[in-house]
Amino acid sequence: MEKWYLMTAVVLLGLTVRWTVSLNSYSGAGKPPMFGDYEAQRHWQEITFNLPIKQWYFNSSDNNLQYWGLDYPPLTAYHSLLCAYVAQFINPDWIALHSSRGYESQAHKLFMRATVLIADLLIYIPAVVLHCCCLKEISTKKKIANALCILLYPGLILIDYGHFHLGLALWGVLGVSCDWDLLGSLAFCLAVNYKQMELYHSLPFFCFLLGKCFKKGLKGKGFVLFVKLAGTVVASFTLCWLPFFTERAQALQVLRRLFPVDRGLFEDKVANIWCSVSVFLKIKDILPHHVQIIVSFCLTLLSLLPACVKLTLQPSPKGFRFTLVSCALSFFLFSFQVHEKSILLVSLPVCLVLSEIPFMSTWFLLVSTFSMLPLLLKDDLLMPSVVTTMAFFIACATSFSIFEKTSEEELRLKSFSVSVRKHLPRFTFLPRIIQHLFIISVITMVLLTLMTVTLDPPQKLPDLFSVLDSWLINSVTSLRKSGRGDPRQREEAPFTR
Amino acid sequence: MAALSVMTGGGSWFLALALGVTLLKCLLIPTYHSTDFEVHRNWLAITHSLPISQWYYEATSEWTLDYPPFFAWFEYALSHVAKYFDQEMLNVHNLNYSSSRTLLFQRFSVIFTDALFVYAVHECCKCVDGKKACKELTEKPKFILSVLLLWNFGLLIVDHIHFQYNGFLFGLMLLSIARLFQKRHMEGAFLFAVLLHFKHIYLYVAPAYGIYLLRSYCFTANKPDGSIRWNSFSFVRLISLGLTVFLVSALSLGPFLALNQLPQVFSRLFPFKRGLCHAYWAPNFWAVYNALDKVLSVIGPRGFLRCLILCALSSFMFGWHVHEKAILLAILPMSLLSVGKAGDASIFLILSTTGHYSLFPLLFTAPELPIKILLMLLFTIYSISSLKTLFRKEKPLFNWMETFYLLGLGPLEVFCEFVFPFTSWKLKYPFIPLLLTSVYCAVGITYAWFKLYVSVFTDPPVGKTKKQ
Repeated sequence: MEKWYLMTAVVLLGLTVRWTVSLNSYSGAGKPPMFGDYEAQRHWQEITFNLPIKQWYFNSSDNNLQYWGLDYPPLTAYHSLLCAYVAQFINPDWIALHSSRGYESQAHKLFMRATVLIADLLIYIPAVVLHCCCLKEISTKKKIANALCILLYPGLILIDYGHFHLGLALWGVLGVSCDWDLLGSLAFCLAVNYKQMELYHSLPFFCFLLGKCFKKGLKGKGFVLFVKLAGTVVASFTLCWLPFFTERAQALQVLRRLFPVDRGLFEDKVANIWCSVSVFLKIKDILPHHVQIIVSFCLTLLSLLPACVKLTLQPSPKGFRFTLVSCALSFFLFSFQVHEKSILLVSLPVCLVLSEIPFMSTWFLLVSTFSMLPLLLKDDLLMPSVVTTMAFFIACATSFSIFEKTSEEELRLKSFSVSVRKHLPRFTFLPRIIQHLFIISVITMVLLTLMTVTLDPPQKLPDLFSVLDSWLINSVTSLRKSGRGDPRQREEAPFTR
Repeated sequence: MAALSVMTGGGSWFLALALGVTLLKCLLIPTYHSTDFEVHRNWLAITHSLPISQWYYEATSEWTLDYPPFFAWFEYALSHVAKYFDQEMLNVHNLNYSSSRTLLFQRFSVIFTDALFVYAVHECCKCVDGKKACKELTEKPKFILSVLLLWNFGLLIVDHIHFQYNGFLFGLMLLSIARLFQKRHMEGAFLFAVLLHFKHIYLYVAPAYGIYLLRSYCFTANKPDGSIRWNSFSFVRLISLGLTVFLVSALSLGPFLALNQLPQVFSRLFPFKRGLCHAYWAPNFWAVYNALDKVLSVIGPRGFLRCLILCALSSFMFGWHVHEKAILLAILPMSLLSVGKAGDASIFLILSTTGHYSLFPLLFTAPELPIKILLMLLFTIYSISSLKTLFRKEKPLFNWMETFYLLGLGPLEVFCEFVFPFTSWKLKYPFIPLLLTSVYCAVGITYAWFKLYVSVFTDPPVGKTKKQ
C-alpha cells in the first residue's frame, strides 16, 4: 500500500507505548502470599513444565489448585509450556517446582513482558493492520488513522497479560469476512481453546457461517461448506484436547475448572446488570443458585436472539461485526460470573466498527477503559491509564473528527428517531442530547477518577466509587446497544435496557 | 460542542502532534535516568538553600554548578515549585536523593519547559514555505518539519530518559533562528544572547550569528550582484546590537562581578588549563576562517543556517571534551534545511541517522533497549520515507554507498547488543562495542560534514537567484 511508512510508524508507536507502559508495576507486585495475575502466569509455566499433563488440572500435593490453579483451556497450558522452555534456558530458578513461588526480579519481569510483546507483535498487531488495510471505501490516510486508534486503545495496553486469544479471534473474524472460511473458523476455534470466554463471540460466528451456507444453497455448495466447517471445528478441538480424552475424568475435571458455576452470579464489582441491580435488590440472597443460572441464561439468550437471527438470514461482513458487538455486550451484561476484564471481549469488536460509527465507538471504548479503573488503581497504573486514555481520545478526535459527525444518520439512530417522530414531531434534537450526554459522561468519569484517587469513601459504603462507576458504564453500554441497528433496517432497533 | 469540533478540525494537526509527543514523554517517566538527574537536583538544592555568593563555590557534591548564571536562576525558580513536591530534595546534603515525588517533579519540569520548544517549532514552520501546493497533509513540508523536530529521537532520549534540559534551550535557539528568518534581527540577537547565558556550549555557533548579523543587519543594503555595499554600514545598528548583548551579559554576570567572583565563575564554566585553551578554540577559528570569505557572499538566512550548522559540526569534530549529545546542536537546525532542498535532505538523513545511533551507548540498561530501538526505527523510517516522498521528483536521495552504510547500522547494533555480550571477548575487551560504534558513526558524521562544506562552497550565491 502507498504510505506504508506511515503504517509502519503507527505499528512502531503502538509497540513503544506497550513497552513503556509495561515498565510500570504489574498486578500483584510485591504482595504476598497470593500476589496477582503475573504470578499466576509464572505459576502455570512452573506447573506445565514440571508436571505430566494428567496432573495439570487436578489437585495434588504438587499442584495446589487453590494457588492459581489452571482454569483456562489446554491451549493456554501449551503456551505456558512453550514459555517455560524458554525460561528454563535462561534461568531455571524462575520455574523450579515449589521454590519459585512468588519469584520476583527485574530480569524475570523483562522476560515476562517480552513474551507478551512478542505475542502481540506476531499475532495481534498484524491482524489489526490487515483489518485496517481491508476496510473498504475509505482513504489510505483514514485506514492508517484507524490502525492508530485501535492500537492505542488503552484497555488492551494496560491489562498486563497476553492477548493471544483476542489476536486469534481477530484472525478468525478477518478470515471469515474475507471468505477464507476454513482458516477463519480454525483460528476462532484455537481462540476458544485458549480462553473459554471467547464463547461470547461464538454465536455470531456460528450464525454468520450458517447464513453463508444457507445462501449457497442447502443442497450442493452450501452443504459441502457446512461439512467442511464442521470437520475443521471438530478437528481443531480434538487436536487441542487429545491428551485429555484418554480418561473421562480428565475431560470432566477440565470442564469443571473452566466453568466454575459454583462461584455465583458475580464476583467483585463488575459493570453488568446483576451487580448494578444488586445495589437495590440483593439478587444473590433472594434467588436460589440454580434459579440465578436459569434467569441469567434466559436474559442473555433473549437479548442476543434478534441480532443473530438477522445475521443468519442476511449474512454480511458488516452485519457480522455489529452482531459480534451485540452478542458480546449481551453476554457481558447478563451472563454468569462475568469478570471486569471481560469488557475487553466487547471492546475488540467495537474497535472493528470504529470506522463506521466513530463517535459511539470512541465513547464506549473510553467508558470501557474507565470501567477497569478500580483494577488498574490496584495495580498502580494511574499515570499510564490517564496518559493512554488521553492519547486514545486525541487520536480518535483528530482522525475521525467525531464531534462533527454526529448527525442522526451517522449515529445510526435514524430509524429509531424517525419512528419516535411519528408520535412526537418535535423530536429532532436527538444528536444534541447525545452530544451533551457524552460531555456529561466524560466529566463524570474525570470527577470519579479524581475522587477515587484523592478521597476515601465514607465508611458505610466502602465500594461507593466502584459501584458508581459500574452504573455509569451500564447506562452508556445500554445506550450503545440501542444504537446497534443497521440504518437500512426497516423495523425499529431493539431497545434493551 | 462547536468549540471542540473546531479544536479537532483541520488546523489542529500541530496541536495533536505536540500533545501526542507530550503524552509519550509522560510514559517515559519511570525509565532509567543518568547521573544528570542528581546534578540537577543538586543545583536545585544549591540555588534554593544557599545565598548567591555561595552558588559557584559550593562543592559538597561532586556535581558543582558549571552553567552560566541564567541557568542557576532557572533552577532557583524551579526550586520554588519543587518545595511543594518534596522538601527533602532541596537539602544540599541529601546526595543522590531520588524519591518518587522528586522523580515526578524533575520529569514534569522537563516536559513542561518543552513548551518553549513547541512554540519555537511552530514559529519555524511559519518560515518554511510550501512551494509545492500539496493538498495531502502528510506531504506538506510544514508537517514533516514538525514531526522531525517535535518527535526528534535524540531529544527524546537525552531529555526524557537520560535526563537533561535541552528542550527549552533548543527552543530558544530555534526561536532566534526563526526571528532571523523573519528579519527580526534584534529579537534574534537578544534571544541568542540570553541562550548563551543559559548554556555556554552554544558559543560554538556564536561566530555564525556574529558574521550574519554583521553582514545582513549592519550593512543595510546590497549591490545588485549581491555583494556588500560597503558604504551602507550602519553604526547605529552595530551599537544597538552590541548594547543588547552587553545588557544581557550585565544582567547575567553583574551580580557576580559585584561580588568579585567572575574568575571563579569562569573557572567553573571553562574547566581547563591555559595550555589546552588554544587547542579548544583554534579549530573553531580555523573552521570559521575557511568559511569567512565565502560566507560574506552567501547572504540570506539559509546561508546563515548553513554556517551555523557547519560551526556546530566542526566544533563537534575537532573540539576538546565534546560530549556525544552535542551532535544535537547540528541535527536540530539541519532539520530546517532538510525540507527545503533534496541535497540538504540527503545530508540531514545521514547526519541524523548516524548521530542518533551514536547516542545509543547513553542508554545501556536492558529495559530501555526496546524503547531506543523502537523509537530509533520510528524516527529513521519516518524521516527517510517522508523526505523521499517530498523530493520524489528529483534524483534519489542516496547513492548505493550511502545506502549500504546506513543499512550497516542494523547488523552493527545486533552485534554490539545481542551477539557480543555472549562471546568470550566480553571479558577481555569490553570496550569493543563502544569502539565500533564510535568509529562507524564518525565515518558518517565526517562524511556529512564534508558534504555540507562542499555544498556551501558550490551552491550559487543566494542573492543572485532569488529575492530574500
